[in-house]
Amino acid sequence: MAPATRSRWIGALRSPLGVTAATLLLVVLLLAVVAPLVWQSRADAVSPADILQGSSARHPVGTDLLGRDILARVLVATRLSVALALAATAIGVLAGLLLGTAPMLLGRRAGRWIAALINVAVAFPNLLLALFFAVIFGVGAKGAVLAIGFATAPGFARLTQTMVATVAGRDFIAAARIAGIGRIRILVRHVLPNIAEPLVVTATMAAGGSLLSFAGLSFLGLGVQAPSYDWGRLLGEGLAQIYIHPAGALAAGVAVVVAAMAFNLTGEAVARAIGLRSPQAGARPADDAPPVARAGGTYQAGSSLLSVRNLSVTFPAGADEVTPVREVSLELRRGEAVGIVGESGSGKSLAALAIAQLVPAPGRVHAERLEFLGADLRAGSGKAHRRLLGTSLAMVFQDPMTSLNPTQRVGRQLAEVVRQHEGADRTRAWARAVDRLRAVRIPAAERRARQLPHEFSGGMRQRAMIGMGVMASPALIIADEPTTALDVTVQRQVLRLLENIRTAEDVALLFISHDVTVVAQVCERVLVMYAGRIVEDLPAGELMHDARHPYTGALVAAVPGMDTDRELPLAAVPGRPPEPGRLPAGCAFAPRCPLATARCREQDPPLATYGGDRRVACWHADLAPTVAPQQTSAAGQPAAAGTEGSTA
Amino acid sequence: MSVIAVRQLGQNALTDNAWVRFAVRRTGRLLLSLWVLVTAAFIMIHALPGDPVRAALGPTAPVELVAQRRAAMGLDDPLWSQYLHYLGNLLTGDLGTSMTSGLPVAEVIGDRMGATVEMAVLAFAVAVVVAVPLGTAMAALASDGRRRVGDWMFTSTSVVLATIPEFLMAVGLVFVFGVQLGWAPVAGRAGPGSYVLPVLALAIGPAAVLARIVRVEMLAVLHTDYIRTARAKRLPPRVLYLRHALPNALTATLTVGGLLLGGLVAGTVLVENVFAWPGLGGTIVRSILAKDYPTVQGVVLVYGVGVLLVNLTVDVALAVLDPRSAIRES
Ligand code: SF4
Repeated sequence: MAPATRSRWIGALRSPLGVTAATLLLVVLLLAVVAPLVWQSRADAVSPADILQGSSARHPVGTDLLGRDILARVLVATRLSVALALAATAIGVLAGLLLGTAPMLLGRRAGRWIAALINVAVAFPNLLLALFFAVIFGVGAKGAVLAIGFATAPGFARLTQTMVATVAGRDFIAAARIAGIGRIRILVRHVLPNIAEPLVVTATMAAGGSLLSFAGLSFLGLGVQAPSYDWGRLLGEGLAQIYIHPAGALAAGVAVVVAAMAFNLTGEAVARAIGLRSPQAGARPADDAPPVARAGGTYQAGSSLLSVRNLSVTFPAGADEVTPVREVSLELRRGEAVGIVGESGSGKSLAALAIAQLVPAPGRVHAERLEFLGADLRAGSGKAHRRLLGTSLAMVFQDPMTSLNPTQRVGRQLAEVVRQHEGADRTRAWARAVDRLRAVRIPAAERRARQLPHEFSGGMRQRAMIGMGVMASPALIIADEPTTALDVTVQRQVLRLLENIRTAEDVALLFISHDVTVVAQVCERVLVMYAGRIVEDLPAGELMHDARHPYTGALVAAVPGMDTDRELPLAAVPGRPPEPGRLPAGCAFAPRCPLATARCREQDPPLATYGGDRRVACWHADLAPTVAPQQTSAAGQPAAAGTEGSTA
Repeated sequence: MSVIAVRQLGQNALTDNAWVRFAVRRTGRLLLSLWVLVTAAFIMIHALPGDPVRAALGPTAPVELVAQRRAAMGLDDPLWSQYLHYLGNLLTGDLGTSMTSGLPVAEVIGDRMGATVEMAVLAFAVAVVVAVPLGTAMAALASDGRRRVGDWMFTSTSVVLATIPEFLMAVGLVFVFGVQLGWAPVAGRAGPGSYVLPVLALAIGPAAVLARIVRVEMLAVLHTDYIRTARAKRLPPRVLYLRHALPNALTATLTVGGLLLGGLVAGTVLVENVFAWPGLGGTIVRSILAKDYPTVQGVVLVYGVGVLLVNLTVDVALAVLDPRSAIRES
């Protein structure tokens, strides 16, 4: 075993589960060696005076029909039980290896037959195969070992076969083959070493299974025969006396389960460590920490459609927590189109989800105010609340390929909205769904409504998503990178569709995008987010040429112009945004900002009103326009952090 | 979701052509498996060391009787003719004659099969009825990220329960409910009460495995974009979990469920022996010990066919639930 492998195995055994399992396994193996040496005579000592006694100082678990000490017998039986299980597993692995590598060795035609046979065999449960082979090999320990070995072989054969197929596809095997190295040599020198590790791990787990199967066969009287005894036979004997003296059966039963678990869990722990199986998705802990709210934004709340003040989102991170969205305040009037731009990781998508109350656990949203159509979204999640959001707030997400439920007809997914929230009956809801699909220009809407999402193209799905949003009569559509996953022509169609809906129905739009150009086209106002905060809020018309914040300037500068060489990698804002967990002191943009001064590194600039209708968070907002494209590109490092992509 | 809706959904999604291809391929596989099974059962008797008739009748049986039995079973004919004969008999439902009782094997099996099927089906139903809601609920709790202790307890309990094989579970149940508490009868099949322990013994392990699978699958599904979409539609939790999440989690659940059901069929052998259940499990063990090979052969065939039918049902259900799986395979 290579040192790296060994250290990984040892690493596996360091986890609490690994330690417990490995210790248990060691104890079992030790008992298998030692127990017969120590307790054999005690286990065989017949004592007519002590028949079927309960627990006593001399016999902790009592005695059996012949007055023999049950504990000693269970301990002594460890050796036979474990040895037989290991022997059976070894046979299983060997036979499995032979069968599994046969397709590679014997060539395609014979290989295919063997593979088919393996496929048929794995479909049958182990125990059934074991019974089948037990008939052939005869009743008794030897027959049972062979039977269980052969019964586990198909499983190993399948595993070997898959692994061999994967390994055989790799380059070095192809190279060896071209070099004219024989099949057997390739198998032994190149393939087997590569599949040894998973095979050993699986075999460890399978040994646990064999132990159980063996106990089963012996219990049925088909395995170990008197006068020898293993756990299965002790169990069978004990069961007959379970009313008078249950300890006999229980002791053997516990021994079997504990030993089997020792093998299983050890195998599992190692498998996890070497990445054979992904660890279970465990939920992260959630802290009930108080909201982190700082006095920020001076924005005045009016009577508007959406009013957000000092919204923050926190996630637990270990014992600590991170705040990827902070101090977000914004207002949206009816029919207004507001864009949020920023690099990926700026918190723009999360902010949108937070407004829509869709932040997944364990994230927590805090806000001083979160009002939509006059209702406080922070309060409750009752039926009225659900109905308001379900009918008046529509969401369009980035990836239309994954945003529709793959097992439900598209029409039904649309119809559901009005069925749930407006109590419409099936026919009416369906008619509305078809109507909306038509409205978003899905051809043959009637037929398309009956299809599953995978039969739609990407652009059609996104239009269907928008159609879903306008099933009721929304007052606000939150579109999170709605066109990023689409190609250019389709992008334009989707944007035009959104625009039409907005103007025709007076629907407000909150448009999240990394693309400054698109935002400038679609929106009336633009909010620029950096490191979880809004750093600039300005009319869309001024975005491209009169940005005040150096970051906005850099975003604009990164837009390819008409004369940009398309062959070059896309320009990006130099440097990387900070991780939410480690924001620098002072202005978060300072490490990347060409205008940064000592003050910037010490004090975080507040989002302050600037020139009437704008807000900027920068100490040097007056200097900003000078940060034209030349300066930022002079900072070099193209494409260090892509501007495309989504936020987490 | 109603079955009809699901079927329509499937038919809409796949052209008839793809369904035909799926049916042909699946039938082909079934026939191949059946042939392997039948042939293996035939070979089983001939692979035995020594003379099966002698083995069954014992070393003291007169030579003439052995010879007569051998002739009656056609054991002296050439192998290929025995094979053809055997296949022909199978087609007419003739499974041979028991060497110990002299009764037709088909009749013995017919008498006892009902009890086994009953137990297996009930146990599977119990496992599903317990596991799906439990797994779904655990996933729902885990996905809001707060019930960490409950989650941990669920996972470890289910791991332990899944490791305990059904016959040990049976012994444990007998001890607790039969011996200690005296709540339920522990042997035979008389009245509804007698079903409780055997069915539980068979169901607990699969239920534990299944609940874990459902939980993991549901958790994965709950993090998908389309569930976010469903949340954005503000559907009530009932609709969200049952209509949007569950069907998508069922594919993997069903696959594992099929394997479990196959294993459960085999598990009945042991459980029946613990509870003296009058089913096929007792028959096969007794026949193996008595070396009554025709009976063993017949019962093995029945179990095998049972497993194949289970697998077939699962595959068809999968194809209907998730039509893409049927295409992907081809
Ligand atoms: S505050 Fe200073 S570091 Fe921050 S953006 Fe403005 S100039 Fe740059």
